[in-house]
Amino acid sequence: MSAPQPARTAALQEAPAQAPANGSTIAPLLELKAIRKTFGAQPDWVERLGQRLGWLQPAAMVQALDGVDLSIARGEVVGLVGESGCGKSTLGRIAVGLHAPSSGRRLWRGTDLDALPEAERRRAGLGIQMIFQDPYASLNPRLRVRDLLAEAPRVHGLIDRTQQAEFVAALLRQVGLDPAVADRFPHQFSGGQRARIGIARALAVKPEFLVCDEAVAALDVSIQAQVLNLFMRLREELGLTYLFISHDLGVVRHLSDRVAIMYLGRIVESAPSAEIFSRPAHPYTQGLLAEAPTLKVEKKRFLAIQGELPSPLAPPRGCHFHPRCPHAFERCRLEAPYLQEIAPGHVSACHLNGA
Amino acid sequence: MNAQREPTLVVGRLTTRFAGLGGAVTAVDEVSFNVAPGEVLGLVGESGSGKSMTGFSILGLVDPPGEITGGSIRLKGRELRGLPAREWRALRGDRIAMIFQDPMMTLNPVLRIDTQMIETVRAHRRVSRDAAREMARDALARVGIPSPDERLRAYPHQLSGGMRQRVAIAIALLNAPDLIIADEPTTALDVTIQAQILFEMQTLCRESGTALIWITHDLAVVAGLADRVCVMYAGRIVEQGSTAQVLETPAHPYTRGLLDSTPAANVQPDKAGRPQPLRQIPGMAPSLKELPAGCAFRPRCTRASTLCEQTPPEVELARGHVARCFHPLSAAEGLKS
Amino acid sequence: MSETSPPPAASPADSEVERPLRRLARMYAESRVALFGLALLLVIVLAALLAPWLAPQNPYDLMQLDMLDGRLPPGSASGDGRLTYLLGTDEQGRDMLSAILYGLRISVGVGVVATLMALAIGMALGLAAGYFGGRFDAVLMRIADIQLSFPSILVAMILLALFGQGIDKIVIALVAAQWAYYARTTRSAALVEGRKEYIEAARLLGLSTPRILFRHLLPNCLPPLIVVAALQVAAAIALEATLSFLGLGLPVTEPSLGLLIANGFQYLYSGRYWISVFPGVALLLLILAINLVADQLRDVLNPRLQSQ
Ligand SMILES: Nc1ncnc2c1ncn2[C@@H]1O[C@H](COP(=O)(O)OP(=O)(O)OP(=O)(O)O)[C@@H](O)[C@H]1O
Ligand SMILES: Nc1ncnc2c1ncn2[C@@H]1O[C@H](COP(=O)(O)OP(=O)(O)OP(=O)(O)O)[C@@H](O)[C@H]1O
Ligand code: SF4
Ligand code: SF4
Ligand SMILES: [Mg+2]
Ligand SMILES: [Mg+2]
Repeated sequence: MSAPQPARTAALQEAPAQAPANGSTIAPLLELKAIRKTFGAQPDWVERLGQRLGWLQPAAMVQALDGVDLSIARGEVVGLVGESGCGKSTLGRIAVGLHAPSSGRRLWRGTDLDALPEAERRRAGLGIQMIFQDPYASLNPRLRVRDLLAEAPRVHGLIDRTQQAEFVAALLRQVGLDPAVADRFPHQFSGGQRARIGIARALAVKPEFLVCDEAVAALDVSIQAQVLNLFMRLREELGLTYLFISHDLGVVRHLSDRVAIMYLGRIVESAPSAEIFSRPAHPYTQGLLAEAPTLKVEKKRFLAIQGELPSPLAPPRGCHFHPRCPHAFERCRLEAPYLQEIAPGHVSACHLNGA
Repeated sequence: MNAQREPTLVVGRLTTRFAGLGGAVTAVDEVSFNVAPGEVLGLVGESGSGKSMTGFSILGLVDPPGEITGGSIRLKGRELRGLPAREWRALRGDRIAMIFQDPMMTLNPVLRIDTQMIETVRAHRRVSRDAAREMARDALARVGIPSPDERLRAYPHQLSGGMRQRVAIAIALLNAPDLIIADEPTTALDVTIQAQILFEMQTLCRESGTALIWITHDLAVVAGLADRVCVMYAGRIVEQGSTAQVLETPAHPYTRGLLDSTPAANVQPDKAGRPQPLRQIPGMAPSLKELPAGCAFRPRCTRASTLCEQTPPEVELARGHVARCFHPLSAAEGLKS
Repeated sequence: MSETSPPPAASPADSEVERPLRRLARMYAESRVALFGLALLLVIVLAALLAPWLAPQNPYDLMQLDMLDGRLPPGSASGDGRLTYLLGTDEQGRDMLSAILYGLRISVGVGVVATLMALAIGMALGLAAGYFGGRFDAVLMRIADIQLSFPSILVAMILLALFGQGIDKIVIALVAAQWAYYARTTRSAALVEGRKEYIEAARLLGLSTPRILFRHLLPNCLPPLIVVAALQVAAAIALEATLSFLGLGLPVTEPSLGLLIANGFQYLYSGRYWISVFPGVALLLLILAINLVADQLRDVLNPRLQSQ
């Protein structure tokens, strides 16, 4: 299934660590290098034999990520946008260490986390936390807020018993909740309040980096705004770095310094937020921006991107976008384009670049 | 748009209540609106505000302990409230159709698409199977499904989510209904697929003169699609008017708040490059069980006065632009800052 | 505007900070039949526990038995006039009421101990299988499948045939016959719960695997397990009674209800129904009570009903 792949990422990998692809000069806090991830059962020996003899079809493998590079500098907010199923969550989960990549490396301040011994990795891993989408499923329904928030810091010796009450109260205040709620169970809160508890739980272990996977998608607009404002305030107060995953362009634009656009397992464009919204280079990004609903009152002809997202079980050869791309030409069907810098800090993967 | 304008649907002071253990809950509270042929009405509001219940009430699908306790629903001049269940059923799928968020509410997973569509046609009119199949094929083609003949032979699970939703829409269109009620049909879909479906719905309604009620929580979807907008809060319509009136010069403080808290893709962050905090509505939507007296928005409203402890009246601010508020924003205040 | 949501402490919904357990108790009490079942169960269990103090005589103490009092119908007075045999006597002159109380004690004890052991084993295995998956899971579930495809009585009979009689042997046989139910139930619950985001959050917070398993995953898998355990106690008691009835279970020196029924069986046709029927009724009531309780637990713990 692999299309011919020239050194797609060569431009990025050869760059010295001080000058990552985003063009900033700060050393990256987190760096993902050539990450691939395939899902699907590994065949056991009976199946392998069957396949060898041609009796069995090889099991379907989902190519969720296909050589993704992403580096995120300290203090940066990177938005990750793309259609459903393009691999955003998978990338986020690999970034926090919930999934192991099939190949590729994850560098946290320059060291390969997954090469560390278990205990050290666990400690270093505390610096990267995730904010989840579902405000219901992400809180253990049997624990009181107090225990939800204090358990990990107690286990790691960050606080002792006598400090617990004060610690929990401070956390709750930080996310805008009344400390008096510490004795309650999750089911006694609204969706927005639960989202805040989830954020407080992540903050409890003093992370530097938060991956937010559709963290406000389940909330009503008016509550969404409260939580987004909270994210921004925490960024100022704690100097947090974010990878903000969302399919909502408005949300991403509002928060992000830089936006990466994914399509079917690959990052196809990445640029500073203002730049990508004013000068999108990749045909997919252009279509996405044209079709995102806005508050402008006008009858739109929604038509920019035709066709449906192809299945990641059998991604198209060459440029993954070519079956839907209005500009596709012969080369796109054969050869995958690699990310090229087209302006400072602005990379895009399309054969039209430079043409 | 067109001037003939005998409204397809006239809803007057519709009230739906749920009798429950902790006292009755009014999910739809004196809701009134009209929809003209070919018109798209956007019904927006937060979760639990009663959008779906309004739709279900119009369809006669309120299950006990819920009950329509007041008001009228007139479809092309015919009163639907109090209709026997059998006649409701005959209307549904024929004169009124519904599209749900989950297309599998409409589609039967074990039947082929053609079987389902032909049955839908023949349930309401006497036509031959071949004629019904022909109609099904046309409907699929109209919602932009490529190679409809092949798709007719597919089972729902063989289609993608966007495709399934389009089939559900095609089924809704089959009998050329007077009214379609669409309950968040694109919420689960991608922007690109959503855009295609919105576009198709828009053209279809305009061409066929079908009235469309589009239920959503997303103001941005409504902006590009609807002719008129109703904003619901805690069971009541708090503001209605043309899309331009409601979105560009909102009069109700809640509508203003909703617009402000939407991180819209067309608004530029400030000069320093740092995004400004969104203006937010404080607090959260009240539970219907413990609504404050008077205006339900009062605890979250910055303009509230003691007057607001009474039930606010409907104020007509401009032709067709109505808000339920004691202190509506003037057109100048409503304009985006 | 401050983004702090107004302190929610004052709203009426908050004043009742109802603990989950109390809520369950309230929901349980909504059914009268279930309350009756619970009361009956408590009475039976108490009677069984307090048998040495409640029973008119110690049915195992041969010194207290009088062969001359054998097979007396219910309500007869003993030969020496010191006590009335409310439920009659068996052929050795043993007071049936006392025998039933002591028999209950054994039946309940065996059932509960076997269930707890099977629960502990099945739960640990199922939890690990559900959480870790992979080869361990596959192997374990195949074993459970195979075992569940045989009737549990057959499994128990084979084991007893190998081990011989004895109260410890029958407990082992019962555990072996039943662990698979718990393993399956726990595994499927663990599969569902283990995918939820709160488990992932616990992993990210660097909590140890045992801690995640036992403090986060297990408590959320308990509701279905409690129901299965309640039903399986009844099954274990019935199974033990059946085995004892067939003479495979407990030795004659420790007569459980099953053995009592078996002993009296031969007298049924001669009209001395009480020797067999009263132990049977006791067994029936016990199992009925457990099932009533289990049914209501299932309803109460059903997450769909619970969320309202
Ligand atoms: N555990 C898994 N096993 C098998 N396939 C998986 C698994 N997780 C994800 N996938 C597949 O990998 C692809 C990428 O999924 P992912 O969840 O990362 O998408 P996403 O961009 O987050 O989509 P969404 O916007 O719908 O959340 C999908 O095709 C999905 O079906
Ligand atoms: N069976 C029921 N019993 C009691 N109350 C009900 C019942 N069904 C709905 N309600 C109430 O009716 C109100 C309106 O619900 P509805 O489904 O119309 O909301 P909605 O605006 O469609 O929200 P969403 O965006 O979440 O779909 C809710 O507050 C809900 O609590
Ligand atoms: S490489 Fe070709 S198909 Fe891909 S986006 Fe560019 S023009 Fe379109
Ligand atoms: S009636 Fe009063 S409280 Fe209600 S929205 Fe208007 S100003 Fe606010
Ligand atoms: Mg996702
Ligand atoms: Mg709804």
